[in-house]
Amino acid sequence: MIQYQNLYNRVQVHGPADMGVPMNETGMFERQGTPFTSRLMGLIGNAQIGPIYLGWLGTISLVCGFIAFEIIGLNMWASVNWDPVQFIRQLFWLSLEPPPAKYGLHFPPLREGGWWLIAGLFLTTSVLLWWVRTYRRARALGMGTHVAWAFAAAIWLYLVLGFIRPVLMGNFSEAVPFGIFPHLDWTAAFSIRYGNLFYNPFHMLSIAFLYGSALIFAMHGATILAVSHLGGDREIEQIIDRGTASERAALFWRWTMGFNATMESIHRWAWWFAVLCPLAGGIGILLTGTVVDNWYLWAVKHGVAPHYAFDMWAPVLDPALKGQ
Amino acid sequence: MKYALAFIGIIAGTLLTIAMMLSWERPPMASTQIGPRGLGMVEINNPRTEAKLQKANVAPEADPPVKLSGVKVKDSKDYQNVQVLGDLDVEEFNRLMGAITNWVSPEQGCTYCHNPENMADDGLYTKVVARRMLQMTRAINTMWTPHVAQTGVTCYTCHRGNPVPANIWFKNEGTPQAGGMASSRQGQNLASKVVGTTSLTYDPFTPLLAKGANIRVDATTALPEGTSKASIHDTETTYALMMHLSTALGVNCTYCHNSRQFASWAESRPQRVTAWHGIHMVSEVNETYLGSLQSVFPKERLGPSGDVAKVNCATCHQGVYKPLYGAAMVKDYEELRQPNP
Repeated sequence: MIQYQNLYNRVQVHGPADMGVPMNETGMFERQGTPFTSRLMGLIGNAQIGPIYLGWLGTISLVCGFIAFEIIGLNMWASVNWDPVQFIRQLFWLSLEPPPAKYGLHFPPLREGGWWLIAGLFLTTSVLLWWVRTYRRARALGMGTHVAWAFAAAIWLYLVLGFIRPVLMGNFSEAVPFGIFPHLDWTAAFSIRYGNLFYNPFHMLSIAFLYGSALIFAMHGATILAVSHLGGDREIEQIIDRGTASERAALFWRWTMGFNATMESIHRWAWWFAVLCPLAGGIGILLTGTVVDNWYLWAVKHGVAPHYAFDMWAPVLDPALKGQ
Repeated sequence: MKYALAFIGIIAGTLLTIAMMLSWERPPMASTQIGPRGLGMVEINNPRTEAKLQKANVAPEADPPVKLSGVKVKDSKDYQNVQVLGDLDVEEFNRLMGAITNWVSPEQGCTYCHNPENMADDGLYTKVVARRMLQMTRAINTMWTPHVAQTGVTCYTCHRGNPVPANIWFKNEGTPQAGGMASSRQGQNLASKVVGTTSLTYDPFTPLLAKGANIRVDATTALPEGTSKASIHDTETTYALMMHLSTALGVNCTYCHNSRQFASWAESRPQRVTAWHGIHMVSEVNETYLGSLQSVFPKERLGPSGDVAKVNCATCHQGVYKPLYGAAMVKDYEELRQPNP
């Protein structure tokens, strides 16, 4: 029986390493590391690990990322007085906090958010250099730059949350702390402070694209797996020369819902859904506090929030207003 | 390799299941709709823990009424230095003293506050505290009826047979920090029980229940017109206090709020007004009554920062939406519902 390699294939290639195309640009780094094969990694992807191309951008990016990681981690550890047990126990609760509101956009003392700004600077440098790297590696391989632009959508949301919006608000205290639970508590508090983010239409769009991405990913993944025994996972070949796998996959969806994406368009669907999730989300965050102060009241004003009859009890009035 | 992965998976799954069984509550839960449908305004209770809670929150039986002697305490030579309860009949006074002993110091007895050689002596600090607490109880029962209604409070509401109520709070600086130029926690980011093991502000009481800081964070206009100056940190502090309120009363957010807009009074339940008065009542109790005892308490009764013990919602409520499930004890001790002289 013909068997083509896919995720569920038990065959793993453990042969001489594939070194890829030769490097021909002048002044470029060589790829680092002696390639080896891993049976464990072969279960989820290519069994060959390495070589890796780091270059200047990758190296500086990793160094900056490491510095940010260290600043965050050491400050977390200091916040439990260098107690190693508490550091592990409370790791998910610990955080590096942005400056208190009283400092606005001024540079605060190190202990009151100064470290947060420095960590943010290094993390941003690291992320941006990694972005340039994804762009340049794609170009070096003669690829399109779709990965870089998808990554840029995520960086947009990251920068809105940590830099652009705080600057527009005139206060770094509006930014997100570096911590596991603290950033989740920030999210909840942010929504409450600005009158319930669910009434923010860009938040709605972002959720639609997030759930949509999951749906499309599931539909596409399932379709390709379902026809992979007919060669359906050789998608690029099937774009050019539509084989029986592609035909069946298309027929399946046309039969079930009357419409089918093509081998090419499904990837545009996926790319745009994924990219629009942080793109729309970032716009929603950017408008919060700067343009809209209470999303619920905004939704009431524009007829978005439905009306409920609160007639189970006598009307409730703000007790603070009673004296007036 | 394959078997090793499966083995690790089984061990991890078992550990997670054990962790889940030890920390979660098993279904079924009882739920009651308390607001318009479609809003999730539902009160959820665990009938098994509820039964335990009901057993633990029973009001003691009232002492039988006494025959009045016709002599007031202030007119009797046997009773000296009675500053608050002087208007009581002697028999009524003795009945109340007996009740207070049962409510506050059942094991330690009268001598927890009184010098047996001279009952009028103010030498024991506990007697001075008790006097102030009687004034507080009367103030709560007469001036804070929007919160305590006609149910009222007695010493037992908080004390439950303990000389020091089980649920009190002190200013909380948290565990030690390295200090110096290392980043400050800014009063957050410790796994703190009082805020439901979140990383929210671990001492929301000092600003909101002692210093009267602004609890409201939402803007009252759709567009930015400066109606709220609250920072995210302020919001987290209010949120933290609300976590405490919810735990202290054993209720969900929707017991008071419509969670689609926490700030809206028009969409809130009337219980929120009661809670609003409660927050103000607690602040006054902490400032006016407990705050005034700062110099009275010995050092070992003060908190790590040297402040007096203070009250919050849990002090009276102890996990129940109405303390002692709304048992009206004060109707049997009307002397606790008189204005202070």
